[in-house]
Amino acid sequence: MFLHRLPTPVENTLPPNISKAPLTYARSQKHPLFRRQFLPSFHGPRTVLLPSPNVAVVSGSSWRQPEPFPPELRPDLMPKHVAVIMDGNGRWAKMRGSPPWVGHEAGVESLKRLIHLCCSWGIKVLTVFAFSYDNWKRPKVELDFLLRLFERTIDTEIEAFASEGIRISVIGDTSKLPNSLQKMIHNAEERTKQNSTLQLIIAISYSGKYDVVQACKAIAGKIKDGVVEIEDINERLIEQELETNCTKFPNPDLMIRTSGELRVSNFLLWQLAYAELVFDPKLWPDFGKDQFLEALASFQQRQRRFGARH
Amino acid sequence: MERRTGGIASQLFGGLCSFWRRCMFGVLSAGRVPDHIAFIMDGNRRYAKKRNMAKGDGHKAGFSALLSMLRYCYELGVKYVTVYAFSIDNFKRQPEEVQSLMDLMQEKIEELLQQESIINEYGVRLHFIGNLQLLTEPVRAAVEKAMRATAHNDQRVLLLCVAYTSRDEIVRAIQESWRGKGKGIQASKEVKASNGVIARTDEGPNRNSIDILDQHSCKDYLNESKACSTNKGAKNAEGGDDQQGHNNCRETEIISCNGVIDICDGIRYKEGELPTIKLVDMEKQMDMSVAPDPDILIRTSGETRLSNFLLWQTSTCLLYAPTALWPEIGLRHLVWAVMSFQRHHSYLEKKRKQS
Repeated sequence: MFLHRLPTPVENTLPPNISKAPLTYARSQKHPLFRRQFLPSFHGPRTVLLPSPNVAVVSGSSWRQPEPFPPELRPDLMPKHVAVIMDGNGRWAKMRGSPPWVGHEAGVESLKRLIHLCCSWGIKVLTVFAFSYDNWKRPKVELDFLLRLFERTIDTEIEAFASEGIRISVIGDTSKLPNSLQKMIHNAEERTKQNSTLQLIIAISYSGKYDVVQACKAIAGKIKDGVVEIEDINERLIEQELETNCTKFPNPDLMIRTSGELRVSNFLLWQLAYAELVFDPKLWPDFGKDQFLEALASFQQRQRRFGARH
Repeated sequence: MERRTGGIASQLFGGLCSFWRRCMFGVLSAGRVPDHIAFIMDGNRRYAKKRNMAKGDGHKAGFSALLSMLRYCYELGVKYVTVYAFSIDNFKRQPEEVQSLMDLMQEKIEELLQQESIINEYGVRLHFIGNLQLLTEPVRAAVEKAMRATAHNDQRVLLLCVAYTSRDEIVRAIQESWRGKGKGIQASKEVKASNGVIARTDEGPNRNSIDILDQHSCKDYLNESKACSTNKGAKNAEGGDDQQGHNNCRETEIISCNGVIDICDGIRYKEGELPTIKLVDMEKQMDMSVAPDPDILIRTSGETRLSNFLLWQTSTCLLYAPTALWPEIGLRHLVWAVMSFQRHHSYLEKKRKQS
């Protein structure tokens, strides 16, 4: 029998400052039959449980050192817009016997690594699914931590983003966020709106269906003003009103989802119509340069026909 | 004598396969069987090229694969099967190929309606989903005939997406939602079609078909919506009705639909403003509202993209992309997909209970 480490009981108290909490090794709690990746058709390595590696933290100095472009990729075939569903923080923490917020903190580090790679390799837009509209159902303790984590991350990283030419945009129904976070988001967007190296779109309190419904409301206003007629409603008009209209490349070319979950979960519903989907079994905190390289290599090998003959 | 022996042997073999399949399905049925499986039938042309077949033969082989897969699904107990037969994007192909696909579609629709077909064997109701106005006249006539002929079937459902893309479906649902709001509650079901023609739509198996009754130039949508909006109010957060409805203040209304909690702003509008389209309004007008959301989406040929198929309906659906080309799809792929669904379903249910 393997050692079964129970997670720290979660009570309705503020979480301690556990960013330095030790990460312990714990075997999977799944039945051995289901531990392995058994859908060979999807790209990505098999899930292997190892002690968490000492991942390099992207700090201020390393922002200035771009990652060299990998020889196995072609610059002309790089996707312009990559979208990521950062799934698996909770499971990552649970496997290590830690509370969920340890996983979210590790997830932030993983995101910073990815942003650095995107800046270095010429990707123009990176959209990340930070917080779904459905996530409001999570326990209040976890929600409070997540919202504070967003504030802390924006606060500590805004200088680096601003100096590295990263433009920040936030999409989603931000009206439910605390006023302080809303203000911080607004300031970050204003501060970085002239940047053009990479546009980082953070989807917070977002759902693809909500995006389409709010686009309909905007179109309703135009119909009321007599600018458009109902007969004029077409795909282009809807695209112009979606929240991703903040970028020149609103539709992702590549969508990556970590943790092995094989679904889209209401993310960028309209925009993902022709995106290449890559499902990686790694949990988000473990998603690094190798996994991203593999996803990009897979993308570059695909034949995108858009319904016509190739 | 040898021919008779060969015939008996193949019958015996067929019987054994069928028995083994029923045993397998019996085991699978111990877990949750999906209600609805959707297929993107990709790879027909590559299959024909691989086998040095004539161009159209790949699609014919694909049709045979479809019949086999339908049989397996219906035997297993899957009630709804949706297939992506022809996308609006496919009209970009060579005209000869498009025409041959239209001809094949018409031929196979008529084959499906024959007495001994799988449709009658399993009591399958046919729905054709898509912008049917884009089809040629003979194909549209065959489609409408097939829907009428199977309207009384209620055991299983087959949804064939032709001249379909999800974005087009969403656009038409939005247009219909507004037209529906504008006319208000009326006894008859008259609506304005997009080109200003008065038409009648039937709700039911032919909901995609429009019978043109009259041509009438009428652009006064806003006046109609004014008349309707004065009768409407917005629900407050507690769910009660507000009959005053003339203040222009925002309220928040929570609507639960298909298990997804959405926040829609219920804006109380002044006379002359348009009513708000909500999630439920749009979903009612979707072509796919005749079936629940798919539990599994299977795309063959190893391509992992949705290609503008069921974007709205597959937000929480399991995606599976075997590398087999569509004519090569077999029972093992279906079994694998269902087992994977059962594994993910139990995890998802556990997550839902935890939240």
